[in-house]
Amino acid sequence: MKYLILINDPETAWSKMAKSDSDAMMGQYFKYTEELKAAKVLLVGEALQPVHTATTVRIRNGKTVNTDGPFAETKEQLGGFYLIEVPNLDEALKWAAKCPSATIGSIEVRPVQVYG
Amino acid sequence: MSDLATLFKREAGPVIARLVRLLGSLPAAEDAFHDACVKALEQWPVSGVPAQPGAWLATVARNRGFDVSGSAHAALAEPLEAASNAPTREAIDLDRLDSGVDDDQLRLLFTCCHPALSAQTQVALTLRTLGGLSTTEIARAFHEPEATTAQRLVRAKSKIRGAGIPYEVPSREALPARLYSVLTTIYLVFNEGYSAAEGEALLRDNLCREAIRLARWLHATLPAEPEVTGLLALLLLQHSRAEARVDAKGDVVLLEDQDRDRWSAQAIAEGGALLDAALELKQPGPYQLQAAIAALHAAAPTAAQTDWRQIALLYNSLWQRVDTPTVGLNRAAAIGMAWGPNEGLDALSRLDASHFELSHWFDSARADLLRRAKRYAEAAVAYDQALTRVRNAPERRYLEKRLGEVRALLGL
Repeated sequence: MKYLILINDPETAWSKMAKSDSDAMMGQYFKYTEELKAAKVLLVGEALQPVHTATTVRIRNGKTVNTDGPFAETKEQLGGFYLIEVPNLDEALKWAAKCPSATIGSIEVRPVQVYG
Repeated sequence: MSDLATLFKREAGPVIARLVRLLGSLPAAEDAFHDACVKALEQWPVSGVPAQPGAWLATVARNRGFDVSGSAHAALAEPLEAASNAPTREAIDLDRLDSGVDDDQLRLLFTCCHPALSAQTQVALTLRTLGGLSTTEIARAFHEPEATTAQRLVRAKSKIRGAGIPYEVPSREALPARLYSVLTTIYLVFNEGYSAAEGEALLRDNLCREAIRLARWLHATLPAEPEVTGLLALLLLQHSRAEARVDAKGDVVLLEDQDRDRWSAQAIAEGGALLDAALELKQPGPYQLQAAIAALHAAAPTAAQTDWRQIALLYNSLWQRVDTPTVGLNRAAAIGMAWGPNEGLDALSRLDASHFELSHWFDSARADLLRRAKRYAEAAVAYDQALTRVRNAPERRYLEKRLGEVRALLGL
């Protein structure tokens, strides 16, 4: 089964970190990604640029509106994702718990829809 | 006919558990079981109840399930078999189990109590699939509309399937945490019966009995798990007070006022023996600690002879492991009894009161401590606050009585 691991953490936490701490976090992320690859569960994973770089597109009543910023203001922001393939939810949850941001943010595990 | 209803309820757990394994899905298992019961209602009045009604129902249900799913059943069943054959998964010694049916029920119980499901959903699902309770009965237990309970159950099964919650007994490393989830669910069922949040009756005896039945079965299935033994001990010890908790009017009788002659000596003896056996294994845990507290209450011939210091110390240990608001509250109350109401109020003040927003317990405990500390004006305010939140008639009457006493002392 495929699961999307959505990494939500407070951008303020990152910006308040000393460089040595954020470097350490990045190192942990590098290790984490390598572990996912070694276990052959990783399909794709990316870090995202901060939410201020986002643009949101909505079409209402035939009008296209592009808004500067994310679709909603939230306390934690989507900072990255991993799409993994594992046998069941327990396995997906184990991997989510290993995500470096789990201690400062919220890691949502969403199963991918299966049709047919 | 009601005998058959009871029989179906009793057989639901083991049969549905086996069907889940054979058919690969909980909804399919339930539908098949339901169809088999309908058939039984048609045939048994004529042909007589079979010697092995469970086996009859299981066979008819299995055939029905395979008919419905057609050739899909093989494909559905396969992933389950693969999961159960994985060598690292089996934490339970299957040779020790009396029959495969216990293993099926164990898998089902762990699935129903998976942490990905909310606590209330775990309780509802467990009551439905292992307790055989109807949606109506479960809705009544939760004091929610039947449609809400029905939707909760539908969503839960959809999540089990959609999110891939596995039907398996957890691995050895995952077992302690997952077992705690199961034990907590069973305890929630018991508490729902022991102290109804709404309505006239303080005791909902069939829920208590259902919890005890599940705990007994779990203990028989996992005899070497001290926390399982601890839970059973706790339920028996608490339930020993059932007859004395409510007076003829249906009003709550506090522990300190209960007629201890009405406590069940048999339940106390059994609970005590189980607790001793659990403690022998020298792996203390929250349910053994709670059972030990209950045992200390049971051992006191009169309320005045209660060993509150020991109880308070046990609550300290419990609080270190389970720092929930409820434990914090009970700990503060015990400290109040052991070392005086002001000490109790001090312990209470360190709790986050916002957790108690929906319940009157915090205000009620605070009011009692203030009253015993002779701070009557503050006690009156606290009783008033508790009254705005209480949802159980007997407990309301108790609070009103105390408020009356305090106001009399204030000359009002």
